[in-house]
Amino acid sequence: MKKYIINRIFSMILVLLVVSSLTFFLAKAIPGGPFTKEKKVPDIILQRLEEKYHFDDPLWKQYASYMGTLMKGDLGPSFRYDALTVNDIIAKGFPVSATIGFLAVLLSIILGIPAGIISAYRQNFWQDNTVMFVSLIGISVPSFILATVFMYFFGLKLKILPIAGWGGFRYMILPAITLAAFPTAYIARLTRSSMLDVLSQDYIKTARSKGLSEFKVITLHALKNAILPVVTYMGPMIAAIFTGSFIVERLFFIPGLGKYYVTAIYDRDYTVILGTTIFYAFFLVMANFIVDILYAFLDPRITYEEKK
Amino acid sequence: MFKKVLIVVVALALIVGFAGCRPAAEETPTVEQVLTYNVGAEPQFFDPRKATGIPEFTMLLNLFDGLMRYDIQGQLVPSMAKTYDVSDDGLVWTFHLRDAKWSNGEPVTAYDFEYSWKTALAPETESEYAYQMYYIKNGAAYNSGDITDPDLVGVKALDDKTLEATLEAPTVYFTSLLTFTTYLPINKKLDMENPDWAKSADNFISNGPFTITKWEHNHQIEMVKNENYWDADKVKLDKIIFLMIEESSTELMMFENGEIDFGTNPPLPEIDRLKTEGILTISPYLGTYYYMCNVTEPPFDNVLVRKAFAAAIDRESIVTNITKGGQLPATAYVPGGIPDAAPGQEFRGVGGSYFEPYEPEKAKEYLAEAGYPNGEGFPEFVLLYNTSEGHKIIAEAIQGMWKDTLGITCTLTNQEWQVYLDNRSTLNYQIARAGWIGDYTDPMTFIDMWVTDGGNNDTGWSNADYDNFVAIAKGTGDQAVRMKAMHDAEDILMDEMPIIPIYFYTNLALIKPYLKDYYRSALGYTDFKLAYIEEH
Amino acid sequence: MKKKSREDMDEKRLFTPVKKEELGIKEFVRPSVGYWKDAWRRLKKNKLAIVGLMMITLLLLFAIFGPSLSTYKYDQTELTNCYAPMSKAHLFGTDALGRDVFTRVAFGARISLAVGVVAAFISFFIGVFYGGISGFIGGRTDNIMMRIVDIFYSVPVLLIVILLMVILRPGLTNIFIALGIAYWVGMARIVRGQVLSLKEQEFTLAARALGASKRRILTKHLIPNTMGPIIITATLLIPNAIFFEAFLSFIGLGVSAPMASWGVLASDGIQGFRSYPNLLFVPAIFISLTMLSFNFLGDGLRDALDPRLRK
Repeated sequence: MKKYIINRIFSMILVLLVVSSLTFFLAKAIPGGPFTKEKKVPDIILQRLEEKYHFDDPLWKQYASYMGTLMKGDLGPSFRYDALTVNDIIAKGFPVSATIGFLAVLLSIILGIPAGIISAYRQNFWQDNTVMFVSLIGISVPSFILATVFMYFFGLKLKILPIAGWGGFRYMILPAITLAAFPTAYIARLTRSSMLDVLSQDYIKTARSKGLSEFKVITLHALKNAILPVVTYMGPMIAAIFTGSFIVERLFFIPGLGKYYVTAIYDRDYTVILGTTIFYAFFLVMANFIVDILYAFLDPRITYEEKK
Repeated sequence: MFKKVLIVVVALALIVGFAGCRPAAEETPTVEQVLTYNVGAEPQFFDPRKATGIPEFTMLLNLFDGLMRYDIQGQLVPSMAKTYDVSDDGLVWTFHLRDAKWSNGEPVTAYDFEYSWKTALAPETESEYAYQMYYIKNGAAYNSGDITDPDLVGVKALDDKTLEATLEAPTVYFTSLLTFTTYLPINKKLDMENPDWAKSADNFISNGPFTITKWEHNHQIEMVKNENYWDADKVKLDKIIFLMIEESSTELMMFENGEIDFGTNPPLPEIDRLKTEGILTISPYLGTYYYMCNVTEPPFDNVLVRKAFAAAIDRESIVTNITKGGQLPATAYVPGGIPDAAPGQEFRGVGGSYFEPYEPEKAKEYLAEAGYPNGEGFPEFVLLYNTSEGHKIIAEAIQGMWKDTLGITCTLTNQEWQVYLDNRSTLNYQIARAGWIGDYTDPMTFIDMWVTDGGNNDTGWSNADYDNFVAIAKGTGDQAVRMKAMHDAEDILMDEMPIIPIYFYTNLALIKPYLKDYYRSALGYTDFKLAYIEEH
Repeated sequence: MKKKSREDMDEKRLFTPVKKEELGIKEFVRPSVGYWKDAWRRLKKNKLAIVGLMMITLLLLFAIFGPSLSTYKYDQTELTNCYAPMSKAHLFGTDALGRDVFTRVAFGARISLAVGVVAAFISFFIGVFYGGISGFIGGRTDNIMMRIVDIFYSVPVLLIVILLMVILRPGLTNIFIALGIAYWVGMARIVRGQVLSLKEQEFTLAARALGASKRRILTKHLIPNTMGPIIITATLLIPNAIFFEAFLSFIGLGVSAPMASWGVLASDGIQGFRSYPNLLFVPAIFISLTMLSFNFLGDGLRDALDPRLRK
């Protein structure tokens, strides 16, 4: 196992390197640049800017120099926002995104998994049908529609929650619910399906006939095996939610990291594109790594050794 | 003993009596003078020498005060300059500054102005708007690095209170240029000690009606009244909060909920309802929405083709049914609202219309004359626009009009913003959507775009006579001569139609009726120096 | 010793075996049915699944024939009749340019359903086999294959979409390619996780003991047993793909005007939903209906295809 972990750490670093390189070259491949405007910048000034940031250097040189500063932990200046460096942007935006992200993930776990369990346990009874029905709402409505409807009803009409903005717990409620809607429903359904599979297995019958309490049967035996696909899903899901959602943060006027994933590309703000991508990739590989370790705990039969 | 008690009692009675009847003038105002304005975007540059966007302009013009300023009637009045003189040849302008202080109490001097303008032109500053200062002698040369001695640049502080500017050519509208952010003063001492002062609210020093207290990136900027402002008596607002809400439907809901007093981005589909409810404000905006043609390649290299397509657009229908914001059909290129040579006259009024807003019959004639009767044999082409709901709807409507009137079906392509700009400037398009907002209130901001090889001329169009007229207008200070030359230039432009004007912009906003005495410039920014909030 | 006949022995016994034919007992064991036939039979019994299947069929028919049913064309503008409310002439009203919403929604069905199906196909074929192989072989190969998945996950899809828009013309193909790139990874990870766990179970050992080839184990044993999560993932993937396309439309990278998918129609509808809610809710309801039907069908399929639930 230890060997596996060390191996994984090396491959994670490799992944980050590959991702940043690919993104670098992709971003440079599309036309445009950070200084392209409708009101053209005079050529002389444009030239100076491009010289200053070495855009006229051969691509390999730019790549090498970017990688060099990256190694020192410096993600570079933002080309679009004079007052911010990429490190600033992430340092300021991430805590905000992570806060509502954390709430959303918490909600989805607390609601989703038990709902799925109950649903599987009482398959085809009213509990099952209710859970399935409610979860359908969560997964069938796109987030921007949910967000708009929430803002309108709870914010404008009923006035019990702020419409949008950032400044305290009340502002986090609607965005967190919007973010959690899809994952909660998905987790509920995934859990249910998985539990149904597991509950029909022989070893469950064995556990019951051994006289174990139903609760122990479900949690210690069934859940441990059924949770596998849920954990698989949650890895990338947590990475995505924590690093910020473009739609939710834009609609709810939340100063998180989400908007940069889209706007940086539009602005051709290369350093921000790379910074946010690497940040997200880091989260993702960490999340997948933890998920894979969890697999080994949940199902002791899973090994990571190569098949002979 | 009794006497003492009596005195105390009488004294108490008097005090209580006086306390009871306060004079009416001491009534505390019941309305909080706090304005919440949606500026819609995080600033790119907050240094006046470098700022380029309208959100930045609005905020910076409220933070700083330039030599001149527009009052709420739209009149240009001296502001930091008490008075000014112009030499006979129109080249040397001398400004006599009034006594004024920076927000930290230091006096504003002519040396601050000199330093500010020179550094704005300095190549190291990389100001994208430096070209606004090319009117100053050697401004362009210094900016391009042709000369390296800043003392050769035509701006000099003669003493603390006197600033002398020497221009390249007589520029009658120089005073209106002075309201532009690039010409605003910055604190010389501050900039020399701390070149990054414009990157946060902590060390920011300004000389205008307001001073910055908070800058939360991507969220909001807060300003409070600047007690050190020379005209602070006239400033009534205590605080302005500039929010950075990007989503128009969110802004609308917050406006209706009373959380925002001034919204700048009303959603297009809601305009009818907002008009009926009386919360939409329509103000003039110096801008033209048009389609530009690539005249270097078929099919738009043929002037008759361009005129056919221009005539087939039903402009009234577009402004009435689609944009609905009180826009005007553009039957010329330069919009209204720009004064002409004679007082009381407008450039557009004098120039008149060049064509009818919709001439389907003429369109067919032009097309037939060009060799494509009823659209037969017309090559395929693409109408390019950058992705946005508004542009898409207009393009779809026009696509339909061309089909109905000319029998030609074009393909619509939307490109992502930068790809679109890139395609335009490399002439990789046939016909593309465009828009231009004026930088200052003179026809030249529109006219000088289309000179041969102009930086913003993405059409490939070149006409020596046009270039000539532009040169004449730039070379003299005589308004009558200038205006005539620019009219002549516009004549040529509309005759050859490398660009097809569609409508003149208006500026739509959501403004609460209790906000008074703000100045909404036709160049797009808003000045809150005199604004206040009424009882409501 | 004389050999006793069976009958002799019988007569001496306490119990005599009954002859089957004498009893006239019907066969309790039904004839052995093939895996797929059995699955179909079970599916038919699931009412919700049938409802889902019917709805999908209806939606498909709507997509194919809907535009022809209406007298309007999807790109036919009528500027004097913008934002008309729902009426006999315009079943779902008109949009910002006076175009009939019913026709546009029907046309949008084609695009959205195509998007969903393509995404599901790509993710199914590429994702299932990639994940299956990765989980099955395990070890270093699994590590490398999953790291490649990580890379695909992390590189910004938007960059790829824009790049595609530049190389090819903006249009549906780009979206298909982008979806293909974005969606197979999710499926791959789920399948790989399942296979990792299943390959250690008894039935796999049994199959190996019986001498089954690796390929056979993978295709005949492991993958059918991961059908549950695979089906759930695939059925949620179709609407997810429709959402992703809606997201692209929201940020302006969707299909080109005047074509419109449900995603485009819904995100256009947001701006005016207060004055003209029909423009938002009609496409939204269609998206939800599609979601529901694929889910009902998916649940039914999961139950029907699960070998362990075979009766």
